Amino acid sequence: MKNRYATVGLGAVLAFATALPAAAEPVDDALVIDGQTMTVRTAAPEGHPFDEVLSGWLFREAETRELEADSFQNPGMLYVDLGAEIWNTVDGTMGKSCATCHDDAADTMKGIAANYPKWDADAKRPINIELQIDKCRVENMGAEAYKFDAADQKALTTYIKHQSLGTPVAVDLSQGELQTWWDRGKDIYYTRTGQLNFACASCHEANSGQRIRADHLSQGQANGFPTYRLKQANMVSLHNRFRGCIRDTRAEFPKAFSDELMALEVYVTWRGTGLSVETPAVRQ
Amino acid sequence: MIRATAIVTAVFAVTAASALADETAPQDVNFEDLAVMASLTGTPGDPVTGRDIFKDRKLGNCLACHTNADMQKELFHGTVGPAMDGAGDRWEPAQLRAIIADAKEVFGEQTVMPGFYSVNVGKDVREDLVGKTILTAQQIEDVVAYVATLKE
Ligand code: HEC
Ligand code: HEC
Repeated sequence: MKNRYATVGLGAVLAFATALPAAAEPVDDALVIDGQTMTVRTAAPEGHPFDEVLSGWLFREAETRELEADSFQNPGMLYVDLGAEIWNTVDGTMGKSCATCHDDAADTMKGIAANYPKWDADAKRPINIELQIDKCRVENMGAEAYKFDAADQKALTTYIKHQSLGTPVAVDLSQGELQTWWDRGKDIYYTRTGQLNFACASCHEANSGQRIRADHLSQGQANGFPTYRLKQANMVSLHNRFRGCIRDTRAEFPKAFSDELMALEVYVTWRGTGLSVETPAVRQ
Repeated sequence: MIRATAIVTAVFAVTAASALADETAPQDVNFEDLAVMASLTGTPGDPVTGRDIFKDRKLGNCLACHTNADMQKELFHGTVGPAMDGAGDRWEPAQLRAIIADAKEVFGEQTVMPGFYSVNVGKDVREDLVGKTILTAQQIEDVVAYVATLKE
């Protein structure tokens, strides 16, 4: 046995633990889409673990960043177009489309999605854009709720969120019991799951800026969703992303729009307070 | 002939049973002074197999978090943990066995390094993995043997 073996104590161990390799820093770059400058870096709200909140855009490779900056190249814009079509298409037994009640989304939906999730006083739980769409479909159109991640659900959500492009994310936690859901979401964010025993915070707080295999870990912000993922060549919804991250810890994952994931959406969205809505963001 | 087969089978049965008896169950691993002195299996680890386990995404996937100059040809080394270069100088095999079997026993509860031979895991473990460890006892010995070769 070497000498050090006998003397190694927690102090020595901690010294090793902090001697981490240099982080791959997020870039210091400006995101301008159609002449509008996005807030991709801003001071964190009170009670936030970080000083600064950063968009996932800053952590992506140059080509991916450029794709998002150019709305003619951004493949997610096709889904915005598809969403516009659905917006204007009559569906359900009442003979209405979204436009029947809401007219031109460019006016009526401008900035709206930046304040979701909101408190749904009828359901007594938080409501996100997907669930709001379903509520309108069922109650006001006589149509069926979408199946989770149906192509139309993703396109319409993308279209509605895109009307808030550039608007800073701001969740009003004073609505209803939203604060209680935030508390619960926070618990979930720090709870370790699965055989690999990671919490959201293990990757997106303790190690944001580090590389995990091929990935550059961001803060795991929600402001770009639904996002266009190059790997999947498709739009990815926020709850799909949540489930994927939980699955990667080798855990069973909750259903989309379950209480757990709605609480997480409230909390994670708050963590991105002040960032511009970037929908449709482009990620790898 | 029949007799001979029966005897051979009996011998195999005995060796299989004793090999299992030598293997320490994850909950019985004895962590003392940030080390695990005893081999988990009694069979020396094989560094060549250990090297494969280290990079295999389905096994150790250690490269997800640790850069390793010995594996320069592999793409994508993570930076979540310290570089592995010289880990065999910094740690004795008994310490490596403790770190790899259950990093929390050495670095504390807060570490993000998974316990590769531990059943002290997170919530809602995937159904087919409940009660199972990430690596087997022998795989731990193999990885320990490999990391011990990383000297500068
Ligand atoms: C084992 C590591 C790991 C864990 C644990 C993890 N994630 Fe992720 N997550 C990633 C990686 C890798 C990406 C893709 C790169 C990036 O943006 O960080 C990602 C991306 C995301 C994104 C998309 C960010 C963007 O800009 O598009 C969100 C949102 C997210 N994660 C939320 C979560 C939440 C919530 C949890 C916990 C329920 C969680 N993650 C747990 C590794 C993880
Ligand atoms: C998810 C990330 C992650 C994975 C996967 C991982 N480790 Fe680690 N490892 C760490 C971190 C982080 C530390 C530093 C201790 C700390 O800060 O908690 C560490 C520390 C170590 C150390 C001590 C390093 C030194 O020189 O001080 C060794 C040895 C080690 N790990 C080996 C392994 C092996 C072998 C595997 C795979 C079987 C592995 N690790 C998988 C994150 C990881």
